[in-house]
Amino acid sequence: MAKNPNDSVLHLAGIRKSYGSGALESEILHGLDLHLQRGEFAALIGPSGSGKSTLLNLIGLLDRPSGGELRIDGEDTGRLDDTGLTRLRGQRIGFVFQHHHLIPAFTAEENVAMPLLIARGRPDAAMFERAGHLLDQVGLNDRKQHLANQLSGGQQQRVAIARALVMNPSLVLADEPTGNLDTHSADEVFKLLREVNRQQNTTFLIVTHDPRLAARCDRIVELVDGRIVADRAHAPA
Amino acid sequence: MQSLLIVVGVGVGVAVIVFMSALLSGLQANLIKRTLSSQAHITLLPPEEIARPQQSTGETALRLQKQAQRLRAIDQWQTLRDRLETWPEIAAVSPIAAGPAFAVRGDANKAVTVLGIEPEHYNRVVALADRLTAGQLRVGAGETVIGIELAKDLGAEVGDKLRLTAADGRSDTLTVTGLFDLGNKGVNARNVYVGLRTAQSLLDLVGGVSSIDLALHDLDLAEKVARRIAAETGLTADSWIKTNAQFVTALTSQRVSSNVIRFFIALSVAFGIASVLVVSVIQRGKEIGILRAMGATQAQMRRIFLLQGGIVGFFGSLLGSALAWCFLMLWQLLARNPDGTPMFVIGVEPGLVAIAAAGASLVGILSALLPARRAAKLDPVVAIRG
Ligand SMILES: Nc1ncnc2c1ncn2[C@@H]1O[C@H](COP(=O)(O)OP(=O)(O)O)[C@@H](O)[C@H]1O
Ligand SMILES: [Mg+2]
Repeated sequence: MAKNPNDSVLHLAGIRKSYGSGALESEILHGLDLHLQRGEFAALIGPSGSGKSTLLNLIGLLDRPSGGELRIDGEDTGRLDDTGLTRLRGQRIGFVFQHHHLIPAFTAEENVAMPLLIARGRPDAAMFERAGHLLDQVGLNDRKQHLANQLSGGQQQRVAIARALVMNPSLVLADEPTGNLDTHSADEVFKLLREVNRQQNTTFLIVTHDPRLAARCDRIVELVDGRIVADRAHAPA
Repeated sequence: MQSLLIVVGVGVGVAVIVFMSALLSGLQANLIKRTLSSQAHITLLPPEEIARPQQSTGETALRLQKQAQRLRAIDQWQTLRDRLETWPEIAAVSPIAAGPAFAVRGDANKAVTVLGIEPEHYNRVVALADRLTAGQLRVGAGETVIGIELAKDLGAEVGDKLRLTAADGRSDTLTVTGLFDLGNKGVNARNVYVGLRTAQSLLDLVGGVSSIDLALHDLDLAEKVARRIAAETGLTADSWIKTNAQFVTALTSQRVSSNVIRFFIALSVAFGIASVLVVSVIQRGKEIGILRAMGATQAQMRRIFLLQGGIVGFFGSLLGSALAWCFLMLWQLLARNPDGTPMFVIGVEPGLVAIAAAGASLVGILSALLPARRAAKLDPVVAIRG
C-alpha cells in the first residue's frame, strides 16, 4: 500500500457502543465520527468514565461497536469475522497499554518478537534481529536478554512500544502509556513516541490525562460522556 | 511449578498403569507357562464314540463307562504325524501310547499312567529333560523315568527297579533312569515315562498310539488349529484353551478388571490435567488477552492449550515409565522364590512405553479440549482490563 500522506488510516462514522441488554442496556458511546490521516499524532482526552478506553478497544478491534462504521486503512471491519479482525489487528495495529502488559517469563527481546512469532508461526533469526534493532531504537540495547519483570516501569513501557512497532503498524493505540510512570520516565516515553511518529510517519492515538503531554500532540480530541465535544488541531510546542 | 506438579501427577498415574500392565502380563505369562509345562498345546485323540444317554448315575455309571472304554488307537498315525509336521503353525509332534497300570516295588503299589514316548519329540512338547531332578532322560528298553512323588511313594531312586502291571495282566520290569519334577503334584505322582515300544507291548497297542501331542509356535492359535485338525482328520483335538477353560476364563476376567482399573486411572489423570489447565487459563487471562491483542487468533490460543495438554501427558508418561521401571526392579528384588531366584521375569517393554506415551499425550490433548475452548473464547477486553 502506498504511503500517501493523505491516506485514511482510521475512519469512524456514527460509532455507538452499548453494554448490557433489555432494561439494563446502557449506551456508552453515542455516535462518534473521527478521522485520522497517516502520520497524525493525536491525543484523546476526557474525564474518567467518558468512554476513552471503550473507544480505543473498538478501534483496536478488540471489541465490536453496536452500530456505525469503522474502517482501518480503508477496510470496512463490519463484515469481518473474529479471525479476520484478529489478522487485521495483528498486521495494522500496535497497542501500548497503561500497565505495560509484557509477558514476565520472557526476555525483552522475546516480548518484542512475539507479534512476529504469532504472525509467522515459527521463530527465525530475522525476527530477533528486528526485535533487537527496535530495542536499540528505544534505548534498551543493553537490556535485550533481561526478563521483562527485571526491568523498571519506564523500561518495560519502552519494551511495549518496541513491541507495538515490530509489525510496522499503520496505527498505534496507546491507553495512558505514561499513566504509571514518574514525570521523568513519562517524558522520555512520550518523546520516544513522538520520535517514531516523526521518523516513520506512524499514526498515533494516545489517551492521556496529562494536559502537558496532550499539549505536545498535533491534535486533541476531547470525549465527554461518550460524545466528542472538541476536536482541534494544535500546534505542538 | 503447577505444570511440574501435574507432570508428576500424570507420571504417577502412568506408572501405576504401566506397572500393573507389566506385572499382569508377566504374571499371566508365568501362569500359562507353568500350566503348559506339563501339557501339550493340543492333544489329538481317537474320535469319540457317540455318547449314549446314561440310565444309571454316579459311581456305577462311571465304572461302566470305564469298562466300556477300551484303549483305542489312532489310525495311520505315522501318515498323520508326517502331515502335521509340515504345518507351519506346529512346532513339534509327539506320538504317545498311554494307558493305566500299577507300579509295584516291594510292598508298595500305586496306580499310574504309563506314557510311551519318543523322548526327542516329546521333549519339544513338554521340556522333560529340563525338569529332571536326578538321572537322565533315557527310556530305552527296560528303562523308565518317574516323578519325584511316585519315587517317594515307592521309595525308589535312580537305579532301582520297579514293576509295571497293566489291566490285563501284562507286566514289565524297568530300571528307573531319571526323576522329574513338572511342578504339579498329580503329574509327579502319576506319570511314568517309558519308551514307545515298551508301552505299546505293555498296553496291547502294538504299532499304535493312543494320542498325539502337539506344540505350537503361537499359543493363542491353539483353539483355531485344533478345530482345523478336527475338521480335517475327524479326530478329537483338544486345545489347552479348552481343557483349561476355567483357568483361561480366570485370566480373561483378570484382564478385564485390570482394564477397568486402568480406565479409571486414565480418567482421573485426565481430570487432573483438565483442572490444572482450567486454573491456568484463568491465571493467564491477562497474557491470553495480550497475545490476542497482538494478533493471536482463537485457533492459535486453542492450539497452545491443546499442545500444553499433550506435552504434559507426554512428559508425564516418560516420567511414569521410568517410575514403573523402578517399581518393577524393586518388585523383582523383593518377590523371590524361597531359593532366591526371581518369582518370574517381567520388564517394561518398549512397545508398552510407546503406547503409554501416545495414550497419555492423547488423554492430555482430550482433557485440554475444554480449557482450550475457554482460552479461545476469553474476551480480550475483559482479560486486559485487569
Ligand atoms: N464491559 C462493560 N460493561 C458495562 N459497562 C462498561 C464496560 N466497560 C466499560 N463500561 C462503562 O463504560 C464507561 C466508560 O468506560 P471507559 O471506556 O473505561 O472510560 P475511560 O477509559 O474514559 O475512563 C464507564 O461508565 C464504564 O463503567
Ligand atoms: Mg480508561
